Amino acid sequence: MSIATMREIEFRDAVREAMSEEMRRDMRVMLMGEEVAQYNGAYKVSRGMLDEFGPRRVIDTPISESGFAGMAIGAAMMGLRPIVEFMSWSFSLVAADPILNNAPKMLYMSGGQFGCPIVFRGNDGAGGQLGSTHSWSVEGLFSNVPGIKMVIPSNPYDAKGLMKTAIRDDDPVFFLESERLLSMRGEVPEEEYLIPFGQARIARAGTDCTIVAFGRMVNIALEVGIELEKEGISCEVLDMRTIRPLDAGSIIRSVKRTGACVVVDQSWSFGSPGSEVAALVHRECFDDLDNYVHRVHSADVPAPYAHNLEQEYLPNARRIAEAVRSCLYRS
Amino acid sequence: MPTSASSNADGQVRPKSNRPEVPMATAKNWLREMMLIREFELRCMQAYQDKKIGGFCHVYIGQEAVAVGTIAATEARDPIVTAYRDHGHALARGMDPKHCMAEMYGRIGGCAKGKGGSMHMFDRDNNLFGGHGIVGAQIPLGVGLAFATKYEDEVINADKNGGKSNRVTLAFLGDGALNQGSVHEAMNLAGLFDLPVIIICENNGYSMGTSIVRGTTMGHQISVKSEAYGMEGVEIDGMDVIETYWAMKELVDKVRATSRPIFVDMRCYRFKGHSMSDPRKYRTREEEERYEQGDPIGVLKAHLELRGLTEDDHKEIQREVRATVKASMDWAENSPTPPTSDLYRDVYRERWGPYTGTSEPEMLGGAEIECKFNAIDTTIDRKADLL
Repeated sequence: MSIATMREIEFRDAVREAMSEEMRRDMRVMLMGEEVAQYNGAYKVSRGMLDEFGPRRVIDTPISESGFAGMAIGAAMMGLRPIVEFMSWSFSLVAADPILNNAPKMLYMSGGQFGCPIVFRGNDGAGGQLGSTHSWSVEGLFSNVPGIKMVIPSNPYDAKGLMKTAIRDDDPVFFLESERLLSMRGEVPEEEYLIPFGQARIARAGTDCTIVAFGRMVNIALEVGIELEKEGISCEVLDMRTIRPLDAGSIIRSVKRTGACVVVDQSWSFGSPGSEVAALVHRECFDDLDNYVHRVHSADVPAPYAHNLEQEYLPNARRIAEAVRSCLYRS
Repeated sequence: MPTSASSNADGQVRPKSNRPEVPMATAKNWLREMMLIREFELRCMQAYQDKKIGGFCHVYIGQEAVAVGTIAATEARDPIVTAYRDHGHALARGMDPKHCMAEMYGRIGGCAKGKGGSMHMFDRDNNLFGGHGIVGAQIPLGVGLAFATKYEDEVINADKNGGKSNRVTLAFLGDGALNQGSVHEAMNLAGLFDLPVIIICENNGYSMGTSIVRGTTMGHQISVKSEAYGMEGVEIDGMDVIETYWAMKELVDKVRATSRPIFVDMRCYRFKGHSMSDPRKYRTREEEERYEQGDPIGVLKAHLELRGLTEDDHKEIQREVRATVKASMDWAENSPTPPTSDLYRDVYRERWGPYTGTSEPEMLGGAEIECKFNAIDTTIDRKADLL
């Protein structure tokens, strides 16, 4: 792509552009959720979409996650391609039955007759001092379920390309945005592009240690990479982009080069994408590793409110740097 | 005859009005369908005892008039979704008994290739969107089916002249599902968005072993539940297929014309237990006998006898349905079990296979297994019509 067509936009604009482009392209795509229409989105992701597409395709729902998630799944079984916004993924828990028991199982249970081409999207992760109930990182819980695809972009460019792929995908996609990233600016081309699922991006090339990171954590891992460079440690940062499918090949190839692996995953450690990556690397790169896979997760406690506690709760630059040094026996 | 569960004794059941007479051939066909369901379910119970059928199995005996009468009032293009007591709906919708039985036998010839079982009957060709096992969960789905048909008419086909399909969705639930939050959320959405759906509560008086008054406020008159959602609530005698048909026909026509949802309190009685393991100790034998006297099959048979149905005619139908059900069992028995490679099929629609934890995601491959229900063509035009 030529540089002339690049412009800097916010993460939220990138998500909106993807949705709007796909809605122009395919009449079956529609958006529903709380405050998505008249209010222009609780986080302004859908700003202006009501004006362009009208109330039949950009639909305000009542605060009724179980009801409207289930309704959207029924519509998807019929052939529509709904995008369902959860104001926060924390609120999706009251819709656990439709999103976990219906959407990902419909194709299988019906012997291939009824699929569920639907995108669930919304804010995921702590960091805004919202307290325990509003600070969920659902990737640990939900990535356990076969039949879903899970996307976790770290920047505006990826957010747009992955969202377009998500909308065109024939399976249910859980698209995890971060409220902390919505105002992040980044270069996004004006031309159309799609980013395939299951292809990690090498966000930073390095030789000493592979840092496998998801979503917002990629940006913190990149900061750590710059800091550790000053200590003579060369980090390779993998932005996984999707959790399901997981690009195991990219992880394995990188770890075989570096011989060390740190996973940064903002969900809790017990039964998480981070633990899955560790199991994978231990199994596939056993003879290449000079140390066990180090993992940096949110602390194994409910998310706290106090700012200092919350910062310590989340994976942060200090904890990631300590893990890399420890993994390389440099601490 | 009793027209409602004893606990509903105060309920208002619609008086039978002067309906037009159903043509003899049609009524006789309903008798055949109801007898087919009865025979099918009796044989299911037997097959379950013989351990041919596993898991949970909920039979429809006693409620046959509901599925037959309501579905007769729809067109084949009208979507239907129901709960786990779903064999009757599947058969009434036109599913071949072979595919229904083979599903319960866990065979590849089943409607869901043996992946769904008794509670998950799906039939794309007949617009049956399941069989759903979680109590009440199918009602938001049903409201979504109605949302999609309306969206198809008002958005996708808005420019096409005369392109409106005006399809009506039937979403069935049991009275036990009335206290699930998702049902109320769905009713609110249906009312709010003016969706063309009829939510039919098959009120057999018991949610498993709990009688309706023990678990449900206003259990004697549940049609009032819909009032708060701006939906008309109608009571229908679900033990009389002719009455069920005419009452439903009226409602289906109304919804097709107005796109307003309706709630139905369909009074009926489950002759057998909740599932195969239910000894029915929560109700008396006297109560059961009272309802058995109003057996919907007996009621229709008596009606048809007045119109000339002979005992020989009845025996002939009985022979016919027995043969059909027996053939379905033989067919199921002879249908192969799903190949173990099928374990990994239909998890995802396209190329990403299941996660194995060892390497890169695998591509799905292998030959398609031939059966009536083939996987959906994924190459459809993005702007194509809905199902």
